[in-house]
Amino acid sequence: MDWTLLILLVVPTVVHGNPTVTVRTGSGPPVGSDQHPNSVPLSEETQTTTEVREVVVEEVMMTGVLNPSHYPARRAATVVQHYLNTRYGSPYRWIFLSKVHSGSAEDVAEMRKYQLELTMQEIISNVSGQCSAELLFPGGEGQSAPQVQASCEGLLQSNTTAQEEAFYQQHRASNNMVSGNDIPDSYGHMEPNMKPFWHLGGVASSFIMLKESNESTLYNMAQVANFTQLETEKDQLRVNYHVLLHEMISQEIIHWKLLVTWSPEQGVQVLQTELQPKCHNCEAPPNTTN
Amino acid sequence: MCVSMYSAVWSREETTERNYYTRYHNMSEITAWMEQMKRENPDVVSSMVYGQTYERRNITLLKIGLSSTVRKKAIWMDCGIHAREWIAPAFCQYFVREILRTYKTDTKVNEMMKNLDFYITPVLNVDGYIYSWHNESTRLWRKSRSPGTGGCTCYGTDLNRNFYANWGMVGVSTDCCSETYCGTKALSESEAWAVTDMLGKMREDILAFLTIHSYSQLILVPYGHPNISAPNYDELMEVGLGAAKAIKAVHGMDYTVGTSPDVLYANSGSSRDFARLIGIPLSFTFELRDKGEHGFELPEDQIQPTCEEAYAGAQHIITYTHDKAFYSYAATVTATLWTTLLAAWVSSAILL
Repeated sequence: MDWTLLILLVVPTVVHGNPTVTVRTGSGPPVGSDQHPNSVPLSEETQTTTEVREVVVEEVMMTGVLNPSHYPARRAATVVQHYLNTRYGSPYRWIFLSKVHSGSAEDVAEMRKYQLELTMQEIISNVSGQCSAELLFPGGEGQSAPQVQASCEGLLQSNTTAQEEAFYQQHRASNNMVSGNDIPDSYGHMEPNMKPFWHLGGVASSFIMLKESNESTLYNMAQVANFTQLETEKDQLRVNYHVLLHEMISQEIIHWKLLVTWSPEQGVQVLQTELQPKCHNCEAPPNTTN
Repeated sequence: MCVSMYSAVWSREETTERNYYTRYHNMSEITAWMEQMKRENPDVVSSMVYGQTYERRNITLLKIGLSSTVRKKAIWMDCGIHAREWIAPAFCQYFVREILRTYKTDTKVNEMMKNLDFYITPVLNVDGYIYSWHNESTRLWRKSRSPGTGGCTCYGTDLNRNFYANWGMVGVSTDCCSETYCGTKALSESEAWAVTDMLGKMREDILAFLTIHSYSQLILVPYGHPNISAPNYDELMEVGLGAAKAIKAVHGMDYTVGTSPDVLYANSGSSRDFARLIGIPLSFTFELRDKGEHGFELPEDQIQPTCEEAYAGAQHIITYTHDKAFYSYAATVTATLWTTLLAAWVSSAILL
């Protein structure tokens, strides 16, 4: 009887054990991380009355094998995305980065060279393809665009010919110029007939985003603020766009105006671009109520 | 007749309720909704005004949990620190609705409601959020609405750069026109001060801190400064990766897990970093959908799937936090209790 009582006391203690919580130790630094930037240097920018600084860590550039989920590979991969859209995008073809599989970076003369293995997705047809890409970010003082080479398998499978042709025929006649604004709207919504113009705006924006990209930027098109179709010229649809680009690292919204042409044969071309100044004094006054 | 009228009203509420959580709501609607949550669940929901915005509006949280005579541990969640990230307040609303809907029938949620209080702020940056609803041109507002100083005429400070956590060191701008303007000093913004004040009062009780943002599909762990590691980095990564796995299981979406300097960019003065610095062990930033196709203007038909997956991710973290605190605690208490009884029995056996 004494032993039974002892067992009865001991057993519940054993039952209320700790659930296993495995904390992975020794996971080690991520692959290719030489990343211990110098302490913060300040770059002075003087404006008219006040001195302001952009406080950034001088990013020691990653070299060697890149961690595919870390930002250097992802920023470079996004540049490849912009490049692919300038080459292959249309009102019915819009490509986005799906996944970075692997990458590496190295210094080549004054420049930074990346090699990437990626999955890209065409988001209208949902077709994905594997891509291999090489990028060269120019070094030095120049603001020139990165150079990209990419080859993809399976990405351009979707047959967009019929839709593109229909869209082209619908809009090439000059009797009904289309225009629109706030695409998508505040709720993420857009009318179905605006969608191809949204895609076209995104593709056209890729020309700017490609040119403006460097290792410290990550661009997306936030919205088509407005677009106006102009008279068709030389068999090209012509559209004036005002787009809002979102730059992730600075979190800024950057306004651009573009003149875009498109036809199924010639593809998307951007004839003119114009950066719009950030409007500091056109904010609504305080006490705006719901 | 009274009964049938009541049930008619009830089913109309339910019908609109099913649609309610698939739409974005302005600040008046969210305020009214908070009142409704309190009214419909008076025994588990109360509210607390814990600060004021620059424009003197209340900053309100909902405190949700089964009432208790003893002091309880807490989970903190805030949404809408950046005005344009509309999916975040939508998620806070969804989260509240979900735990209220399931706590009576789901044993795990019930247990957590019993042992924990959830402190949920649906909209932290109230001024900014209201401004982003003003018209289409203000939709992409991010910051607070305090005016610039010292000759700088732009409005707003980035609240998530304004906390006392390596303030002003990295990933900020000192130009008041910039989107990452960190303010004239740490906690210059009353909104950041309100959170700091609450966390300070509750710091011994808060087990986990979640701050909800969009977009990019990320789960970020402290710290935002590349040279500083959280002491429990491994644990944070393990739990974060578990949350990402739970998210992926819902709709197949990939969320990347890591410190901000690793997977996004370096930054300082974030609320997540402040929470970790004052000792809250599990502190995460959620960046919800999407990855840039719509960005901040996520379509309403994606609210539900986004909230479902984010809920799974949050629950993973909260469950881990809860079990770590309460199962270990229970084991200690039980062991102590039985050891005492055993000692008493043994000594009484010897005496006999």
